[in-house]
Amino acid sequence: MPASHGYWLGVWRKFCKHPGALLGAFLLLCIVLAAVLAPWVAPFDPNQGGIILRLKPFGYDGHLLGTDELGRDMLSRLIYGARVSLAMGVAPVVGATIIGGGLGIVAGFYGKIANGIVMRVMDVFYAFPSVLLAVAIAGAMGGGLIDGMVALTLVFIPPMCRVAETATAQVRRLDFIEAARATGAGGWAIIRYHVIGNVLGPILVYASSLVSVSMLLSAGLSFLGLSVQPPTPDWGLMLSTLVQSIYVVPWVCALPGAAIFITSVSFSLLSNGLGEAMDVRR
Amino acid sequence: MSSILAQPPSDFEGPLLPLLLVRDLKKHFLLRGSGKLGARVHAVDGVSFSIAKGETLGIVGESGCGKSTLARLLMHLMPCDEGDFTFDGEAVNGAQGIGVASLRRQMQMVFQDSSASLNPRLPVQDSIAFGPRMQGKGRREALTVAREALRQVNLDPDLVGGRFPHELSGGQKQRVNIARALAIGPRMVILDEAVSALDKSVQAQVLNLLVRLRAELGLAFLFISHDLSVVRYISHRVLVMYLGQVVEVGPASALFAAPLHPYTRALLASRPSMDPARRIESLPVTGEPPNPVDLPPGCRFAPRCRFAEAVCTAKMPMLVTRPPDEGLRHEAACFIHDPESGHSLAGTGLSWETLT
Repeated sequence: MPASHGYWLGVWRKFCKHPGALLGAFLLLCIVLAAVLAPWVAPFDPNQGGIILRLKPFGYDGHLLGTDELGRDMLSRLIYGARVSLAMGVAPVVGATIIGGGLGIVAGFYGKIANGIVMRVMDVFYAFPSVLLAVAIAGAMGGGLIDGMVALTLVFIPPMCRVAETATAQVRRLDFIEAARATGAGGWAIIRYHVIGNVLGPILVYASSLVSVSMLLSAGLSFLGLSVQPPTPDWGLMLSTLVQSIYVVPWVCALPGAAIFITSVSFSLLSNGLGEAMDVRR
Repeated sequence: MSSILAQPPSDFEGPLLPLLLVRDLKKHFLLRGSGKLGARVHAVDGVSFSIAKGETLGIVGESGCGKSTLARLLMHLMPCDEGDFTFDGEAVNGAQGIGVASLRRQMQMVFQDSSASLNPRLPVQDSIAFGPRMQGKGRREALTVAREALRQVNLDPDLVGGRFPHELSGGQKQRVNIARALAIGPRMVILDEAVSALDKSVQAQVLNLLVRLRAELGLAFLFISHDLSVVRYISHRVLVMYLGQVVEVGPASALFAAPLHPYTRALLASRPSMDPARRIESLPVTGEPPNPVDLPPGCRFAPRCRFAEAVCTAKMPMLVTRPPDEGLRHEAACFIHDPESGHSLAGTGLSWETLT
């Protein structure tokens, strides 16, 4: 290894040599580009259908991936659906990572009373099944895209907080934290320089695993009418409405599931590669 | 000691005033879930000592005798229950005098585990630069200080500075830790088993480095170790601890040549010897140290001491000064050396030879 380089530069170099991470990054890039450029990429209007075009198989009359139960083009709906699905998958996880991760680091680092207060509050949230909690929060807020996101964020904060707290409590016991305190540094400086770098790995890996969970939970909320509302294309919502047609055009019905699967695998590959690249020992 | 003559400009009070005076330091740990309410471990129990400027005080004792707790108390990494610190004539953390932050600018610590005491995700020069940065230096200036500190411990900053801890050997890592302590510009460094985890040849290198730094920078060391030969090599004075208390303190030469306390004798006798004629046949001390929760009322060493008498279990012996031979005080907390104690051997001035 060269004698002088920054930590993040090294992470970037290792990341670029990791085939799995690159594949994940490439797939995600494709999905994000499709979502952003949807009006130009999609061959049809995602909300325009016809009763005679219902549930057609792959390739029927220019509909490359068939049509859904209302005769709308599946490819166009999948492309437009990426917008809402990515938002519903990523935004709650990002929010929960920042809030839950931050709380967990503070609780783990300061210990004692701070830890007691934060972790006992989290335990209260833990007592509810996550789906039920999300439904209850989204329902209480009225239901809608933003309400769904907020509900999912709140559901993911406690497990995120616990992961961050455990990782921080392990790091806190190491001598280099003690040595940093001996130089007269305050708590925030120690967290910034010495704690965050050492707990970011497990936090990011866990966050990426939450993305697919978030997309599926969001589908559940949409199904109950508490999140995305029906004409809007959303992978989770499409999956739940197409389930009834599975015996008519099985492959078409499997498409939204496949889209969720590919996205979550991409996130896993990405985070796995990131986790390995951030481990300086490799 | 030439180091005493070359005092740093930060020395206001002159070379004769002790750098650090510690009086009656106590730290008891409350035991939780032991069934007994209010059970306490007497980790450090009334320890007093002083360190002169440029002096190295060695602290020896079995594991669990409170050496590391003492180091952490001195650095104020944990609060003490009782006791006064005076650093260069100023009370520490009292109503007057200097605060903990200013103490930490003048006193630094090197830990035993050279790997765990470096952040695995920072290049070592950034780890060293962290201290100076926290004391208000800019990024560039702190890095210059860090690279200079690496040079002081015989490491090439261009070669080693940008490396991560896992890319360095144990000896190099411990040098980096020493450099980190030096980067603050301290007048005293606490070395808590700093060379114990290194193998012998590396240990010798690091010890020689410490001796050189001590002379160049006029540093005072508090050198904690269980390795008697290492302590003897580096220390001017040695303090022996047993179960949180000082049992003997004196000049290294006198203490190693003629130990006063039976525990020190046992400790010295347990050293492996290169000389076949001096190899020990029987164990100099038997049994385990008493449970630090339920301590005997008298001398804490009495249950294991071959000279123990009724008086030893009845009263706690205080440190008494042996008539000074070479000017430096040699003290031991044993009734044998207290003529008025009532111990049958009291005041007989037993020598090492007659008792072994």
